[in-house]
Amino acid sequence: MAEPTRIRTKAEEALANHFAALDGDDPIREIRATAFDAFLSKGLPHRRIEDWKYTDLRNLMREAPGPAVPAGIDDARAALAGADVFDGVDRARLVFVNGVFMPSLSDMAGVAGDIEFASLNAFLARGGAVLDRFAGTDPGESPILALNSAFVRDGAILRVKDGAKLSRAVEIANVFAGGKPGLQTMRHQVRIGRGAEATILETFSGPDGVAYQTNAVTEVQVDADARVRWVVAQEEGAEAIHLHMLIPRIADRAVFDPFNFATGARVARAEIRLAFEGEAASAGIRGIAVARGRQHLDATLIVDHALPNCTSKELFKAAIGGEAKGVFQGKIIVRPDAQKTDGQMMSQALLLSDGAEFSNKPELEIFADDVICGHGATCGQIDEDMLFFLRSRGIDKSEAERLLIQAFLAEAIEEIGEEAVVSALEARTRHWLGAEQEVLSA
Amino acid sequence: MLEIKNLHVEVEGKEILRGIDLSVEDGTVHAIMGPNGSGKSTLSYVLAGKEEYEVTAGEVLFNGRNLLEMEPDERAAAGVFLAFQYPIEIPGVGTMTFLRTALNAQRKARGEGELSTPEFMRLVREAAQRLNISSEMLKRPLNVGFSGGEKKRNEILQMALLAPTLCVMDETDSGLDIDALRIVAEGVNALRAPNRSFVVITHYQRLLNHIVPDVVHVMSRGRIVRTGGPELALELEEKGYADYVEEAA
Repeated sequence: MAEPTRIRTKAEEALANHFAALDGDDPIREIRATAFDAFLSKGLPHRRIEDWKYTDLRNLMREAPGPAVPAGIDDARAALAGADVFDGVDRARLVFVNGVFMPSLSDMAGVAGDIEFASLNAFLARGGAVLDRFAGTDPGESPILALNSAFVRDGAILRVKDGAKLSRAVEIANVFAGGKPGLQTMRHQVRIGRGAEATILETFSGPDGVAYQTNAVTEVQVDADARVRWVVAQEEGAEAIHLHMLIPRIADRAVFDPFNFATGARVARAEIRLAFEGEAASAGIRGIAVARGRQHLDATLIVDHALPNCTSKELFKAAIGGEAKGVFQGKIIVRPDAQKTDGQMMSQALLLSDGAEFSNKPELEIFADDVICGHGATCGQIDEDMLFFLRSRGIDKSEAERLLIQAFLAEAIEEIGEEAVVSALEARTRHWLGAEQEVLSA
Repeated sequence: MLEIKNLHVEVEGKEILRGIDLSVEDGTVHAIMGPNGSGKSTLSYVLAGKEEYEVTAGEVLFNGRNLLEMEPDERAAAGVFLAFQYPIEIPGVGTMTFLRTALNAQRKARGEGELSTPEFMRLVREAAQRLNISSEMLKRPLNVGFSGGEKKRNEILQMALLAPTLCVMDETDSGLDIDALRIVAEGVNALRAPNRSFVVITHYQRLLNHIVPDVVHVMSRGRIVRTGGPELALELEEKGYADYVEEAA
């Protein structure tokens, strides 16, 4: 007897209809079909799926808008003007609006000689070999990835040449424009060449009143001896659902330091799946999340140590106010060959109100015997003694709380180690805290 | 300046202060001495406005205003300063950021304008120099990695910058070696003024060799049991507190 057909949710039904309506004549239609089948076989993940226990997407994602309509140039330009988190950082820019590359808004000055770039669409039109890497990640493993492969519209195919030392940062700006809900789906594939040095900024932003959705998957190949700072700033609109995966693979002696800054979206899940594919490489994986109202922000991390002598340091901080919910899931896997691994993970949450909630799930899976690994998790409130000390010097309660929250978050932000980027994110944190007074005093 | 009348205070249901009467006039230095557990630190926290202390009876007037009804930051802006026995370390808050935020917050509360950066820097530099505080120390997060003596000097620096009218000093001499004690005392003496009063809480007499008080009180079991001139401190140094512990019992 056949398996009974699972009853689809409204959102799953909508996705099936949107998928059926996609252009049938597409160079990757088979990849799309395989991926969408993989998605439909399991549907949206829910709380009985271990990885999604704290982020019940079936419940949180009731609607599924169709692929976003590409934005007109004026709308796109206006939306981009609001996406200014890294305005103080000297950077080149690749701009995607509603999931589509916008060459006229992009600027590669200063780095053009050190990089190769094409939009994913241009690549696909040429039947590009880039498709190999799509197949390299099993969409059945992740509903985000499956939906991404099924609905991908465009993306950045970016290569930093071997030995290049980029004189400016490169921002991949992902902006949603317009007042109509829609799904934007980007797949970025970045390769940092041997011995190259780069700072890459990946930003997400959009309007507050629009229930749009973002699905972005970013694959990064870090070649031997490369050094990369990778900073994601998620400032999506207040009604948005944001699903993002960062999938770095790191070769011998390379250094890859990702940072995830999350303040936006109604529901967001930022996954980092980092694999060491070489020896003696290192990664400093850090992030902060600040949430208020009824936001739900999830940071999920899988660090896979497969080879010896690699180091990973993880530090995640969250400040949760209102009735918001924060989630941190961090897993460090140390495979049998990964001797001399050094892995240290810390997650700290500050609850700013009685209604705030945080779920903290650190995991270590260690199969090698000569390793140093540890994890810690804390969840607490603002320290009363510190608060009293500041107030006794004349600083009022909400200002003192702001100072302490900022100090708490700054410890992670400062690890980025590049002053302009640090001060941009600290300014954003201050801005967020300024708007947060009513939550703090609750 | 400060008028404390029949002050009773409980912490977690236990009565710690059992009827304190104290009157501090403008420009005077009052020392409060007493054995451990007599309620000296509690008195200082109650004056500064720490939350977990419950006032069950009595009143505290500060220049005629009911101090007990004011928030800690309002008390600071009105001119009350507590030099902590154990200054708090606050990682992530830079010392200069803290000093500037505090100074401007108080100025704002009093309806004065914010200081410009050069004005602020000059004030800090001058005060820091007198207290032998290096610019390297000022660059660190507040009190983080400071030695005991550095923390106490940092307290006096804050006192100098914020220019309060009532300085309550809670065992400022504890943990200080003889040189640090001298620097701290000189810092305090430099601040003595006709419109500024001090309540100096200490277990030992040695601080009072450097900061000479006008009045000395002995506190025991939540009450002031004796009041006298500076000579009272010397007497206590010689005889200890044994008499008072028994007398109050």
